[in-house]
Amino acid sequence: MARCGVGMRSRSAACRFWVVGLLAAVALSGCVRGRDDGHGKAHAASTHRDASPSRLIITGSSTLAPLVAEIARRFEQLHPDVRIEVQTGGSSRGIRDVSTGAADIAMVSRDLDESERDLTAIPIARDGVCLLIHKNNPVTSLTDEQVIGIYTGKIRHWEEVGGLPQPIVVVSKAAGRATLEVFCQYFRLREDQIRADIIIGDNQEGLKAVANHTGAIGYVSLGAAEYEAQRGLPIKLLPSRGVPATTDRLADGSFPISRTLNLVTRGEPSGWASRFISYCCSEHVHDLVEAFFFVPVVR
Amino acid sequence: MIWWKRSSSSLLSVRGCRRFVDRLLGGAGLLSALLGASLVIWMLGFVLVESWPALQQIGPLRFLTDTAWYPTLGRFGMWPMVVATVVVTIGSVVVTTPVALGSAVYLRFYAPPVLAGLYRRVLWVLAGVPSVVYGWWGITALVPMIGRFSPFGFGHSLLAGVLVLSIMTLPLAALTVDTALGAVPRDYLAAAAALGLGRRAVAWQVAVPLAWRGVLAGVLLQTARAIGETMAVLMVCGNVVQLPVSLFAPVRLLTANIALEMGYATQLHRSALFVSGLWLLVLAAVLVWAAQRLERECT
Repeated sequence: MARCGVGMRSRSAACRFWVVGLLAAVALSGCVRGRDDGHGKAHAASTHRDASPSRLIITGSSTLAPLVAEIARRFEQLHPDVRIEVQTGGSSRGIRDVSTGAADIAMVSRDLDESERDLTAIPIARDGVCLLIHKNNPVTSLTDEQVIGIYTGKIRHWEEVGGLPQPIVVVSKAAGRATLEVFCQYFRLREDQIRADIIIGDNQEGLKAVANHTGAIGYVSLGAAEYEAQRGLPIKLLPSRGVPATTDRLADGSFPISRTLNLVTRGEPSGWASRFISYCCSEHVHDLVEAFFFVPVVR
Repeated sequence: MIWWKRSSSSLLSVRGCRRFVDRLLGGAGLLSALLGASLVIWMLGFVLVESWPALQQIGPLRFLTDTAWYPTLGRFGMWPMVVATVVVTIGSVVVTTPVALGSAVYLRFYAPPVLAGLYRRVLWVLAGVPSVVYGWWGITALVPMIGRFSPFGFGHSLLAGVLVLSIMTLPLAALTVDTALGAVPRDYLAAAAALGLGRRAVAWQVAVPLAWRGVLAGVLLQTARAIGETMAVLMVCGNVVQLPVSLFAPVRLLTANIALEMGYATQLHRSALFVSGLWLLVLAAVLVWAAQRLERECT
């Protein structure tokens, strides 16, 4: 009997907890929504800008954002009276924000097209993607058609492209990764045409997967692959259209699987935007560019 | 106690003081309970709010009916990941439970005390090893080993996931079962022995059935950990979104899906990842419900 009574009491107490907890949760989630839902930042930020003129808002590509954020931190240390906000949301969002004036600078990880003539693009770095196989794989090069065949599942054995009699283990990247985008764009593949055996997240996992399987083929950021290969990881970087996969070839623009990472403004940049962009192009940030496995653009 | 007796002359003030302390402790308890409850509800609310755009624009049904997961191309089939999560979890429970039960029974009834103490300490250490370490071991030792037997030529697979999870959850499960067996009153065991039952009968027919609830708790604890595990399965499962057709086929689990794509997902893709989180919550809820049903039927 007594036990029953205790049970009832604790139940009503528990009930009270939940009601109060629910109220708290509603209030808290209200806060979260009010603050930001991840995509509406630029509009809130643009009102800030009016209040304080030395504030730069940069939005766009998630490939560039980490690098630009690091550069911005350094720039802010040099110029304490300017605040830089870096937000992601994709290249298209960057272009939209710059066109509407919601952002001062857009980060765009592709070249501008015809309809975007009113904008100015300044390249700050190049990003390359190279194919890699295991070091013990005797294959030394693959044509673009062979790569497409392998990645769409039409070529399944290394013998078919002049290698050893073993199955090909296709390593690809998870959706949303910039490397996957560059790869698909260059080989004119759609993401859903790729038949992968192993899907990996970052470059390190890709390098590891290829180093662990003699039959594997993968693609990662060229800078990262070159760095690891020099440090003795058993991988081989494949040339593309006869051009060896090296950061030098990427820097001089001859390596084909690459893209330019741009900062974009409406019209010619001026004021702080102009100063920040020249800083991004200067030698002071080359160490940061290389730390993100990009290649600095030398003008 | 002595202090309480000595100061009984000022009974009233002591009572007042005790009441005050009681209230203070009660208040602190209420506050921490509230905090706990509201955090859980906040998180639930957050996941719901974040996944709302996807549920609204894509529709909850399409997460089940879409044939594939290409979020950037507008295809959101999540069913294979749900199935893979359930299969890997059940697989690890099926592997772990008998081993945990066996090792706990050995510890309690067969092992010499010195060895039992040592073994228990080893289990505690193993239970505290971070999952990324198990993942690392899995990818460097287990995956290549499976690769040698696999008909596909590589080891990233459902089997690797099941084995890594089993090894991860085993120590905690064995310890919980061991504690449950230790809680069986000694009188019962002594009585059983006095009735002439052998060690095997005492262990398996008296102690284990009596400790059944504790055993169940151990199994559920490991199931919950297995469902929530991310890093290890991300590293060894291969992450290809497909129904688990073979033990050697790569699969992607819901947790790995979030971890793989979170950093790079924007807009609807990001929201769809929160739907993965929602699925995990549903699975956890089903687990709790099943546990309660089981417990009621057992008692």
